Amino acid sequence: MSPGLLHYLAVSGLIFLIGLAGVVVRRNIIVVYMCLELMLAAGVLAMVVFSRFLGQTDGQVFVFFIITVAAAEVAVGLALIVALFRARRTTRLDELNTLRF
Amino acid sequence: MDATFFEWVLFWTLAVGAVGFALLVVAGRSPVSSALSLACSMVFGAGLMVQLRAYFIAAVQVLVYAGAVIVLFLFIIMLMDLRAEVGRRRGALGLLAVAVVCVSMAVAGWRALAPLAGGGGPPPAAPDEVRQFGRLLFADNVLPLEVTGVLLLVVMVGVVVLCRPGGADGERGRP
Repeated sequence: MSPGLLHYLAVSGLIFLIGLAGVVVRRNIIVVYMCLELMLAAGVLAMVVFSRFLGQTDGQVFVFFIITVAAAEVAVGLALIVALFRARRTTRLDELNTLRF
Repeated sequence: MDATFFEWVLFWTLAVGAVGFALLVVAGRSPVSSALSLACSMVFGAGLMVQLRAYFIAAVQVLVYAGAVIVLFLFIIMLMDLRAEVGRRRGALGLLAVAVVCVSMAVAGWRALAPLAGGGGPPPAAPDEVRQFGRLLFADNVLPLEVTGVLLLVVMVGVVVLCRPGGADGERGRP
């Protein structure tokens, strides 16, 4: 018997949980952003798994769009972080506790 | 030593690699090592996708995530010179909150997924899967594809505007 649906989904879920823990625990805004990407990648993996086990290619097309939009989102997020760093000279989340400049 | 055995070996190697490097992203002391662990985790995840015969998505994942996104992260880390940022973490209360959230989510996930156990491997891939994929992407979903292209252009312009000297409200410096 080859690895089943549950095995792949367990890997995806574990990566998602690790990413979630990182978002809560870490204080550096860039590392938090990396953990968010980890959660997104876990979701993508789950989608590919379901697409494969349902025998439908539609899921993979959707994953293609998700990855494209995620890349765009990373670019915008990092630009925002750079703008924030310029204004406040810090990347620590506990010092970035207000939206005012 | 049949094909199924090697499939399991491959699965466990890739799964342990993906989860282990994900742990290193959270546990890494410096942002650079976190970024490199993230790249490795993405590559192992792409390996799992190859095992699921989603070759195109695996290639896109390696190119976009392990390539472009990680380069962006490393570039920003170098730009901000974050070496001094290692050190203090959250206290015991934060760790407790994380433990509670993770355990409850894992239990909920397990309860939802347990009925799926023992379902066996995936159904055999359709022989013309690539053709199906191309038709879905370039014929049925051609409008979303074009909209995605426009989105990338908008994002590019937006990022340039955001990163101009003077920030998002660049009008400030003008007479």
